[in-house]
Amino acid sequence: MTRLKRAIALRETGPALAAFYLAILLVAVIAPQVLTQTDPMAIAPRAAFAPPSLHHLFGTDESGRDILTRLIYGARQSLLLGVSAIALALLIATTLALIGGLGGRMAERGIRWLIDVMFAFPVLVLALLCSATLGSGIVPLVIAVGIGSAAGYTRLVFGQVLAVRDAPYVEAARALGHSPFKIIRRHILPNAVRPLVVLATMGVGQMVVWSASLSFLGLGAPPPAAEWGTMLSMGRDYIAEAWWMTLFPGLAIVLTMLATTVVGRAIQLRMDAGAS
Amino acid sequence: MTALSRRTWPFGLIARKIARRLANAVLVLLAAASLAFAALHLTPGDPVTAILGGGTQTPSPETIAAARHEYGLDRPISVQFGLYIARLASGNLGQSFSQHMPVADVLRAQGPATLALMASALLTAWLLAVLSIVFAVGRRTTAFARTTETFFAGLPQFWLAILLLWALGFELQIFPPAGNRGLRSLVLPTLSLAIPLGGFLARVMRDSFDLALHEPFILTARARGTPEWLIRLRHALRHALLPGISLSAWAVGALVGNGVVIEMIFSRRGIGRELFLAVMTHDMPLVSGIILFIALVYILAGIATDALYVVVDPRLKATRS
Repeated sequence: MTRLKRAIALRETGPALAAFYLAILLVAVIAPQVLTQTDPMAIAPRAAFAPPSLHHLFGTDESGRDILTRLIYGARQSLLLGVSAIALALLIATTLALIGGLGGRMAERGIRWLIDVMFAFPVLVLALLCSATLGSGIVPLVIAVGIGSAAGYTRLVFGQVLAVRDAPYVEAARALGHSPFKIIRRHILPNAVRPLVVLATMGVGQMVVWSASLSFLGLGAPPPAAEWGTMLSMGRDYIAEAWWMTLFPGLAIVLTMLATTVVGRAIQLRMDAGAS
Repeated sequence: MTALSRRTWPFGLIARKIARRLANAVLVLLAAASLAFAALHLTPGDPVTAILGGGTQTPSPETIAAARHEYGLDRPISVQFGLYIARLASGNLGQSFSQHMPVADVLRAQGPATLALMASALLTAWLLAVLSIVFAVGRRTTAFARTTETFFAGLPQFWLAILLLWALGFELQIFPPAGNRGLRSLVLPTLSLAIPLGGFLARVMRDSFDLALHEPFILTARARGTPEWLIRLRHALRHALLPGISLSAWAVGALVGNGVVIEMIFSRRGIGRELFLAVMTHDMPLVSGIILFIALVYILAGIATDALYVVVDPRLKATRS
């Protein structure tokens, strides 16, 4: 019994820690000034390249700006990027999946083929093409990452829509003579969309990583901006002298990704338990 | 049904399957070509500037008009598209604007470096994943391995690359921080790509592996007195291979994509770096050439995956059609 209790406690620690980290991020997004008193853009040439110390917990960058402060202020933009990109990707995915699943045989075949084709393009390559077309900046970055990663989500949601479409309860609703519109709204959408909650939660972290990759290549917010990917890309130039400029922004990204994955999985477990 | 299909399998079905595969491959390539065409025609910025040597030059209007005519850029867009597809279909990838040499030559020069990196990354990832699955025995070790795998799978390649570059390239100076020379220069880029992929592979394969461990044939093998590690390696692992293999086809594509960043960081020659530079200079023939190359690699990976399925699981020979 105690062993079981300990196992349960252990299983709860991960999600709790992850939720705690996400809560801190949320505070940083809404009110960064609560967490730090320093200005993220204040230049102090004398304090440039200061290694981590009590005064500058995560060190300073080439202009003497405090890394920790910049990370806190950067959370807003980085998370906003992640959330908007996953929203766009899931919007595309759901639209395509509904068209393919409910639009008849030709539509189904067309969407299958489209997914096949989209999969031939790696996320980053597609995103790179998009940013070439749209230019660099925050909005093009969101669109590029959203479109680039839509293929994987389309396949998942499409599979879900097909499974729900052929489920007995939909057949029953059809036999009862409900209108197609009502069936979509009452049965197909809720059941196909529920897994989306999990996908969306886990996706935010993944999207933060993708947009950081593109920012890193110079396609995101231009340099002085306090955005995690941009900070990483600046840190790379000074990697031989100032490792802290790279380590901490990367850590923030990795932790975000891990936290969303862990929380997403916890939600999934809970939903599965509720369903059975 | 099984007996019947087994008899007719060698001819009719195989031919149909190959035909479908080929048709699909052509469609994917066509879509790749169209996408590259569309993307670069929607791109702001005049390709003529790229042809005439970038934004720093100031060519006269006559030169611009001449270049425009020479490259067929003054024709209607539908005609340009038709000519473009016809040219590709005849096997001519065209001339790179920015490098002033045939695209095929650029691919020939840059391709091997990328393919070598992809192959070594894929192999290393498999090695890591299999080691982690087979040798993490016992409840605690397994839990630890699981957590590590999840963590590795979540590591962004470019961040890992920079950290490895800093630790092993600059601080300890074990491996060269940049370049293409020799096997040693391959180590850091390979690790940056292989560690996250290995974690991902392991995570996907572990579930099937754990299921297989509870099968009766494992019990039989244990009863025969086969050592545990041999059981895991010979009997259970085979069942975990299928999801790993199907993931690998996708992974090849992802490796090319992530390779862009890795090649930039380690200043390696390769397709990814070339793609980034081509996109930045609006070098349309080169971009479409590279996109086609990537699509082709992806198609070949898919075919190889299907072949491997049958090798790993002979049952599929009878049921797959």
